[in-house]
Amino acid sequence: MTLNMFVQHFINALGLGSLYGLIAVGYTMVYGILRLINFAHGDIFMLGAYFVYFTTVVFKLPWLLGVGISIIGVTVCGLLVDRIAYRPLRNAPRISALISAIGVSFFIENLAIVVFSGIPRPVVQPPLLMKPIVVGQVRLIPLGLMVPVISFFLVGVLLWMVYKTKPGLAMRSISFDIETTRLMGVSVDRIIALTFALGSALAAVAGILWALRYPRVEPFMGIFPGFKAFIAAVFGGIGSIPGAMVGGIILGFVEIMSIAFFPHLSGYKDAFAFVLLIFILLIKPTGLMGEKLEDKI
Amino acid sequence: MLEIRGLNVKYGAIHAVRDVCLSIGKGEIVTLIGANGAGKSSTIRAIMGLTRCTAETLSFTPPGQPPLDLQGRPAEERVKMGIALSPEGRRILPHLTVEENLYLGAYSRDDTDGIEEDLEHAYALFPRLKERRSQKGGTLSGGEQQMLALARALMSRPSLLMLDEPSLGLAPFLVEEVFDIIQTINREGRTILLVEQNAFAALNIAHKAYVLEVGAVAIEGRGEDLLKDPRVQAAYLGG
Ligand SMILES: Nc1ncnc2c1ncn2[C@@H]1O[C@H](COP(=O)(O)OP(=O)(O)OP(=O)(O)O)[C@@H](O)[C@H]1O
Ligand SMILES: [Mg+2]
Repeated sequence: MTLNMFVQHFINALGLGSLYGLIAVGYTMVYGILRLINFAHGDIFMLGAYFVYFTTVVFKLPWLLGVGISIIGVTVCGLLVDRIAYRPLRNAPRISALISAIGVSFFIENLAIVVFSGIPRPVVQPPLLMKPIVVGQVRLIPLGLMVPVISFFLVGVLLWMVYKTKPGLAMRSISFDIETTRLMGVSVDRIIALTFALGSALAAVAGILWALRYPRVEPFMGIFPGFKAFIAAVFGGIGSIPGAMVGGIILGFVEIMSIAFFPHLSGYKDAFAFVLLIFILLIKPTGLMGEKLEDKI
Repeated sequence: MLEIRGLNVKYGAIHAVRDVCLSIGKGEIVTLIGANGAGKSSTIRAIMGLTRCTAETLSFTPPGQPPLDLQGRPAEERVKMGIALSPEGRRILPHLTVEENLYLGAYSRDDTDGIEEDLEHAYALFPRLKERRSQKGGTLSGGEQQMLALARALMSRPSLLMLDEPSLGLAPFLVEEVFDIIQTINREGRTILLVEQNAFAALNIAHKAYVLEVGAVAIEGRGEDLLKDPRVQAAYLGG
């Protein structure tokens, strides 16, 4: 393997991994607070990709504007999902919310087929991001570098919010004890909504970057990345934001590198995630960075 | 400051609080005593808005303001109005530091300077908490956790502070300290509603007391009078 090839694989893995990580963060935040696996999260990611397709390809808006509209639009969708499908079930048994989550996921996917049709659509990559930079014998595509940089930056901002701001304090508190948090004067529903908003915004960014990297969109495109990101979140330790990112990166590297070094395994590409999942569940069921989560009081 | 008439709490078929009437004047220490399961926590939780209840009157008068009806307001709004509860079992957030627990107590406020001031005041009142400020809440001893729960409830600058069994599980010398602190807090101008199993200590510091029996007020009166009341002595003071 040449240096150039290795660097390409490395950046690919980092990019794919950080996208898994961005999606995984949304799963892990919602799980941390509500003990709910938000099955619709992968579809929220898909909406991000569609939004950017419609704004930039169909309506031909400038890129930054299209991206901005997409993030806001997807965030609103995430908030609606919480408001309509989860909030009314806040005091219901947890299984009800889980079933609701599965329902929302099917609903969004099928609605997408009706509205967008099932035909894959091409996304136009901005030429600026595709113009290679040559360093010695290595050719770098700006988009490839941009993906991990943006992802890490956003997760950094998120960590700052969670650990250094007042709403972040409330989030960490809710994740342990909702009633006591209310007792402190926190409007819990508002903080939960904020959590969905942040998770959805990150999923939107992931969807946009995904649509740029693999330049097409289709209604079921969220299913596999969603599954894998969920596995990344479990692998990293569900409830832990750094864990979600680490889990995503590891999964990205396992997928890209195993195919790079053993090309005949490429048919099994989508199976690696599940192997990792089984592996971690056997070795350390709480995940790499997960603490033992007690059930809610 | 707090007027309650005809308060009822039901959990399915269990009628935990029956037609309770309570009246708490500004600056008073009022205590609510009773056996296990008498409905003390249910009453206090209903006042806080954590438990569903029905009431003829449930009105709170913040200092210098007209009375406000509490019914239909969520707990977080009642905190803003000036009611705080240090709950049964302390409910410290074990994964947050002592200082984060205290800041959380001040969540309803925006006056950064005032919050810092109150934080220093809390540390003056509970020096142990200052030593342990960056330690996780879950690593504190039971007594320290109780101090933290008290300090945290004070951080919202409540005009009415409700305490649910603050002396539970504490060593005798700590119990004394807790009751001293409650009196100090009261002298600083806060009205206190104290739920206690330790009837003797509670009646000793209370201006007014209510005895709950199976969900209903059985006896009420001045703290010192109840200390001498033969029924209270027989049932709650081991006399
Ligand atoms: N969430 C609940 N669901 C069903 N019943 C409840 C609930 N909470 C309290 N009860 C019942 O209501 C009654 C009053 O309970 P409450 O906690 O108010 O008593 P208490 O006076 O605080 O007792 P203790 O001194 O043991 O704390 C009890 O019979 C209790 O079993
Ligand atoms: Mg109780």
